[in-house]
Amino acid sequence: MLEKAFYGSRSYYAWILFLLIVIGAGAGCYAYQLVDGLRITGMGRDISWGLYIAQLTFLVGVAASAVMVVIPYYLHNYKAFGKITVLGEFLAVSAVTMCGLFVIVDLGTPARAFNLILYPTPNSILFWDMIVLNMYLVLNIVIAWNVLSAERKSTPPPGWVKPLIYLSIPWAVSIHTVTAFLYAGLPGRHLWLTAILAVRFLGSAFAAGPSLLILLCLLVRKVSKFDPGREAIQSLAKIVTYALIASIFFVGLEFFTAYYSQVPGHIHSLEYLYFGLEGHAKLVPWMRISALLAIVALVFLVNPATRRNEKTLAVAAALTFISLWIEKGLGLVLAGFIPNPFEHITEYSPTAPELMITFAIYAIGLLILTVLYKVAISVKEEAA
Amino acid sequence: MMKSRRSFLKISGACLLGLGVKPVLNAFAQAERMEIAPNPNALRAGRWALVVDITKCRDDCTDCINACNRAHNIPDLGRTKEEVKWIWNESYEHAFPGVEHEFVEERVKHQPFMVLCNHCDNPPCVRVCPVQATWKREDGIVMMDFHRCIGCRCCMAACPYGSRSFNWTDPRPYIPEGRMNPDFPTRTKGVVEKCNFCVERLAKGLQPACVESCSSGVLTFGDLDDPNSEVRKVLGERYSIQRKPELGTRPRVYYIL
Repeated sequence: MLEKAFYGSRSYYAWILFLLIVIGAGAGCYAYQLVDGLRITGMGRDISWGLYIAQLTFLVGVAASAVMVVIPYYLHNYKAFGKITVLGEFLAVSAVTMCGLFVIVDLGTPARAFNLILYPTPNSILFWDMIVLNMYLVLNIVIAWNVLSAERKSTPPPGWVKPLIYLSIPWAVSIHTVTAFLYAGLPGRHLWLTAILAVRFLGSAFAAGPSLLILLCLLVRKVSKFDPGREAIQSLAKIVTYALIASIFFVGLEFFTAYYSQVPGHIHSLEYLYFGLEGHAKLVPWMRISALLAIVALVFLVNPATRRNEKTLAVAAALTFISLWIEKGLGLVLAGFIPNPFEHITEYSPTAPELMITFAIYAIGLLILTVLYKVAISVKEEAA
Repeated sequence: MMKSRRSFLKISGACLLGLGVKPVLNAFAQAERMEIAPNPNALRAGRWALVVDITKCRDDCTDCINACNRAHNIPDLGRTKEEVKWIWNESYEHAFPGVEHEFVEERVKHQPFMVLCNHCDNPPCVRVCPVQATWKREDGIVMMDFHRCIGCRCCMAACPYGSRSFNWTDPRPYIPEGRMNPDFPTRTKGVVEKCNFCVERLAKGLQPACVESCSSGVLTFGDLDDPNSEVRKVLGERYSIQRKPELGTRPRVYYIL
């Protein structure tokens, strides 16, 4: 089936070429990082995880959100999602691959990455994160590929795929829960030391992932003969609506606990994020824009007229995605380190090479997504 | 085609199996490994601890910091963002956030407090390390294996005392001229490091470098499990505090104000 990725229009090839150029530039920057060390990034002793790990955290959510199409289709036999489950699963494949790459580029000594396997450490959350992410990647590749192959041959998928599909449902929840545990169990990091972090992650994931899927469905319909279907898109829109409400509510809960209890440690990071702390306010405009976008998106989504209109729905989906990217792919990870354990404030900005490496990993993800979607859509065009 | 693919898979499987079996064979081979006799003069303890009597500490003195830097080839990068620090000074309000208040004694307010790894009894850094590059010895010293560390920095996120440093770049060119200690390894870029309570000196029967260098009697190092030890005596006579005891890490560095 993979050969279908080699037959495309001029613009398809131009897009692939563009991604390859970005990947090449990022690879050059990564070579520089390998030689010079992580000093080429904006990280330092106070903010020791930066843009890379923040992207991992956000993309795990995008990956986990595939379950939002898998559950209705396979558990509730909701037929409208039949056309897009493969798209959801391939999105997960692309997102998990990016997660893995972001961990690798963040390692100080990547040549020793295999130590993770050579010295299995059950008390370490990163060890479990590696296990669940890799397993989730394999599950999604195997499931989506087999279901798609069967569709191509107009036969039902092999029987052994069904249990894997059922397994992939709790597994999707586990990848984001385990990633939240990377943060939620650390003493002295007040912003992260909150029992609702895992559900907060799931809430924002189930809004951000399906938002992206809506945009991808609309794009697929535009550039190919395959139509994911209006009903599927509308159902995704409802999922985004509820998940976004939950996500905003969860952030509100954090504010209540911090500000009503008045415990300084719990207030500091939130204050840094949304109001500025002792004159340091680099992330404040970002977080305020994120909050604003979430509210505007919610208005668009809750209102049936704007939700049903695919043009305004597309805007709402884009706003939701950007808002949650800022919240999770930027604010949450960085502000966990601000203030530091000595209550000193150090701020962080990514450097140009660090940004380039980040873009390149996104480009790798988009390349995988493009190729897989090209295959899936070609099969679906033929089957139709 | 099918046949060759099948034989390829067979050979690959056999190779993978071989790789899988090798560690098992190695485990058997290790039965014959050499035992290295420890130094008979080595200092031993059930649980090592350090008491810092800040009342004896002189404001302008940095002897302990210098001794540590020398003993452990700590680079001087000149950039605070990437600093490698094993012992350094913080003010009272920053060393003990939440404990300070506006009416605290003037002397304490302006006194530098030396901070270092607390060698916690319940160390979060050990809990989070995915490759066991950091672990706790039986005598309570929290260790780092510079050769095992993959540089994921989970331990830095987990340490509530900011005691861990990462080598953001190759530290070797930044070790000041003429200060190289050939008896202690230098580190490479991409690994975490921190205070090790001078295990290399304890093994030779010597006190930690900071303790030895301090002429004002600020530092007392000893065994918490021994009721007759100097540290137990000091802790039994004077009131002492620890950094962030509420986190349950049970730090083994005590401060007398």
